[in-house]
Amino acid sequence: MGGALFVTLMRWLLPIALPTVFSPMPLFDTQFFFREPAWLFGGLMGVLCFVWYHGVMDDWYQWARGIDTPEHHEDKPGIEKYFGPSLDHKVIGIQYTVTALALLVIGGTFALIFRTELAASRLQFLTLEFRLFEQNGLQLYNSLMSLHGMIMIVSILLGVAAMMNYLVPLLIGAHDMAFPRLNAFSFWVAPPAAILLVSALILGGFDTGWTGYPPLSAKAPLGIDMFFLGVFTAGWSSILGSLNLIATTLRMRAKGMTAFRMPIFVWASIATSLIALTATQLIGLSFQLVAFQRVLHMGFFDPDKGGNPVLFQHLFWFYSHPAVYVFILPGLGIVSELLPVFARKPLFGYKWIAMSSLAIALVGFVVWAHHMFTSGMNEYLRVPFMYSTLLVAIPTGVKFFSWVATIWGGKIDTPTPMLFVLGAIVVFLLGGITGPPNATVSVDLHLHDTYYVVGHFHDTLFGGFVFPFFAALYFWFPKATGKRMNETLGKIHFWLMTPAFLTLSFGMMRIGLLGMRRRIADYDPALGFDNMHLVLTISGFLIALSILIFFYNLVISIKRGEPATGNLWNSRSPEWQVVSPMPAHNYDVPFEVVGEPYDYGLAGSKYIEFITPKKK
Amino acid sequence: MRHFVIVSILTAAMTYVIYVGLTSLGLMPVHASTQATSIDWLWDWQMRAMSFLFALIVAPMSYALVVFHRRKGETGEGQHFEGNYNLEIAWTVLPLFAVFAFAYMGAYSLGEVRRLDPNAMVIRVHAVQWNWTFEYPDYGFSSDVLHLPINRQIRLLMESTDVIHSFWVPEFRVKQDLVPGRVTELLITPDRLGAYRVRCAELCGISHSYMEDDVLVEETADFEEWALEQQAIAIEASKTPEGRGRILAATYCLGCHSITSTQLSGVAAPVWLGLFGKTETLQDGSSVVVDEAYLIESILNPLARIVHGFTPNMPQTFANTLSADQINDIIAFIKTLK
Ligand code: HEC
Ligand SMILES: [Cu+2]
Ligand SMILES: [Cu+2]
Repeated sequence: MGGALFVTLMRWLLPIALPTVFSPMPLFDTQFFFREPAWLFGGLMGVLCFVWYHGVMDDWYQWARGIDTPEHHEDKPGIEKYFGPSLDHKVIGIQYTVTALALLVIGGTFALIFRTELAASRLQFLTLEFRLFEQNGLQLYNSLMSLHGMIMIVSILLGVAAMMNYLVPLLIGAHDMAFPRLNAFSFWVAPPAAILLVSALILGGFDTGWTGYPPLSAKAPLGIDMFFLGVFTAGWSSILGSLNLIATTLRMRAKGMTAFRMPIFVWASIATSLIALTATQLIGLSFQLVAFQRVLHMGFFDPDKGGNPVLFQHLFWFYSHPAVYVFILPGLGIVSELLPVFARKPLFGYKWIAMSSLAIALVGFVVWAHHMFTSGMNEYLRVPFMYSTLLVAIPTGVKFFSWVATIWGGKIDTPTPMLFVLGAIVVFLLGGITGPPNATVSVDLHLHDTYYVVGHFHDTLFGGFVFPFFAALYFWFPKATGKRMNETLGKIHFWLMTPAFLTLSFGMMRIGLLGMRRRIADYDPALGFDNMHLVLTISGFLIALSILIFFYNLVISIKRGEPATGNLWNSRSPEWQVVSPMPAHNYDVPFEVVGEPYDYGLAGSKYIEFITPKKK
Repeated sequence: MRHFVIVSILTAAMTYVIYVGLTSLGLMPVHASTQATSIDWLWDWQMRAMSFLFALIVAPMSYALVVFHRRKGETGEGQHFEGNYNLEIAWTVLPLFAVFAFAYMGAYSLGEVRRLDPNAMVIRVHAVQWNWTFEYPDYGFSSDVLHLPINRQIRLLMESTDVIHSFWVPEFRVKQDLVPGRVTELLITPDRLGAYRVRCAELCGISHSYMEDDVLVEETADFEEWALEQQAIAIEASKTPEGRGRILAATYCLGCHSITSTQLSGVAAPVWLGLFGKTETLQDGSSVVVDEAYLIESILNPLARIVHGFTPNMPQTFANTLSADQINDIIAFIKTLK
């Protein structure tokens, strides 16, 4: 086992590390600016070599040479298929899941490290004398804090891709995604992106936060190049993945599945993919421009050369605001998808919920400057951005009201997945209602760049992604493995994580309002925040503990979980009408949609019917 | 019907309890400017809205979870209803009014915060990594503590020479970034005596945490006295090179370099006390006697020779920002530090 793990690790690290490290080698002794482009180039080569080495592009290469390859490649049995370039969307979905969880652990560990430093004012162990990776304590604090942000974001993007990849073809009755090879490619660029991101820590780090604002990022150490490159590459994954998903839903739905008979999660996925497909380019572009400013000395954001630092912020947030809807819409889709199953009632206002996802996605494109109210952007433009931002509350409100109406009058059951769904609603609600104060310009002049904002967005991301993601894992785990996860451990996970997280986010907002700035390694003891920070650190560790319990549950359930091959949750959804684990090519017998997806409680109604071949 | 009555009462009670709870906690720091008054007024409305919205969702949800929970051994499905057109319209349109109301209040309050008094006193704020300097053009001196007279509007004109910083005194509420290449403006009318701190709110590099300075709001007479005193000192100082050098150094250098025997916390830069004439060990192991040529080189091209044990963090922009005379003044000042 240990040997196999080592071999896998090397198979993952070497193809990217060798080109990255060796292409700068000959230039090593020359001047600094000669080395930097070399590292960038090396990193890019590393990504390509990684993907090539794993055979992801083999079929394309063969086709280019005029050689035909089979439509399907049968996967190797057992665990081995997860380490190779499988074309099966379910395998890819699980690959995404595992990578997302791995990044969650890395990003979380970084947070625990700097959270520990924050437990008391003054510097305790990340001191000026402390040195690691060429950085002193303060620099390391900034690198860890910045990487925590971006690694978590990439983790969420991969988690989102995981859910959409695994679920959408099953929900619409497709045998796979529209472009299986593209799908594999989208996944296989993600691990090198993650490795590049983490390598930023070792290559000098960077001190800009995940937002990478110039001029600071134009002056940051080499680590920032690896950060840029990592984000850039992760962006390909998002763009191509969403393209694939849109094509799949448009073309491959089962017979009779009209737009308003699609499972609601599919609507959420479409809205998400539309954003990811059209906005991701902007973050890639803005980081690329800074990289060009660094290595080619172009002055896009350099005022001495006529550039404009605020322009960067516009480009950056034009992606990064819609991106938050990429993070949360699928999660909200999961909430809408699971509530009817556990309330045993139809989803209230299906069409409104479906449309609200699209509305959020669209409005999301015209609110970006609410991140810039103090930036020195045009004064008067702040007012229209306030209006548009507040408008997001309307479709979001529709979702909340519909959810409450969905469980009203039901026969509610609360196993672990439902607990996480309910947790998601409450936590996301907190994130939602703490948002408008940030949107109204004058109040935001106080709140901006404080821990209030930190608390607010941790609420939205936990409520909009983390809780629903866990709900989805507990819910569909039996579909993937034919076993169910341990209920008791699942409930412990929930009842430990939820209060700890609520304490964390309330505490953050509290000290933020009182004057705690974001992204500082040390705070003035005179502010009297020491006790609260200690509480926050303890909460952080409790969340980590609950996640450890989850992982333990995952491992023992895979090994010897209670078998669950049937319709465990008594769901109407098509994937539960066939045996678990899901057969390799999904539905051996295709199905036809004959009713509404969520007609729980309507006697004799059916959502789908399998098409039995007619006898002549 | 009974359900709805109970839930309405629950929602109202919950709203009330949350709002009273939040306000009694004292969520905001004391407010010390007229701008803060307008912001706190809007924040108070925000808290009402938050309390209500939280209760509006959580009260019925918790109630439903208790009342409609599946009893042990119970089977069967829930009631079958798929939607209600009127309800959907209602909860789309009513919040729309709330949105407009809040956006209007937001714009109104922004107007209050940005209202310029023609008699405002201008203070120029200079930020460099990781240091604030406040220049009083009416009096012709600079200070690294921000003294403000009470009840008079202050118009801060702010500039940064390196990266983005942000001016924020929590008690004044308002915040504004300082962006290289442009001048940004912030209006503050202090209305409460006391000592506060300006804290840089935009991540600006390693020692961002420590980019703080004192802010004192004083009676007009006290302020006037202090300002005239500083003015006299500045006039006196500007007659000698070392005096001018001290002023320049306070603006550009003393955020990192200390002129006492102890290094500043947070930033690692060599101490200036006793610098001139001493033998400095460099990063490559060689050593150099600190003379004028070495000082000039260190200022214009900090990367040329790096002091042993320090990270080369010194800004490389002084060749553009400082004239030769100014550099000579600074050196004259350094020479006095024995
Ligand atoms: C951002 C912090 C920072 C600022 C602002 C700064 N310095 Fe420095 N300075 C450093 C650091 C760090 C070093 C040591 C590394 C090196 O030699 O480059 C240094 C080194 C020096 C040295 C060499 C000292 C020695 O012991 O040999 C001189 C002289 C100097 N600075 C002058 C100035 C002057 C004059 C200014 C203002 C015009 C200034 N510095 C502003 C950080 C700063
Ligand atoms: Cu936003
Ligand atoms: Cu700062």
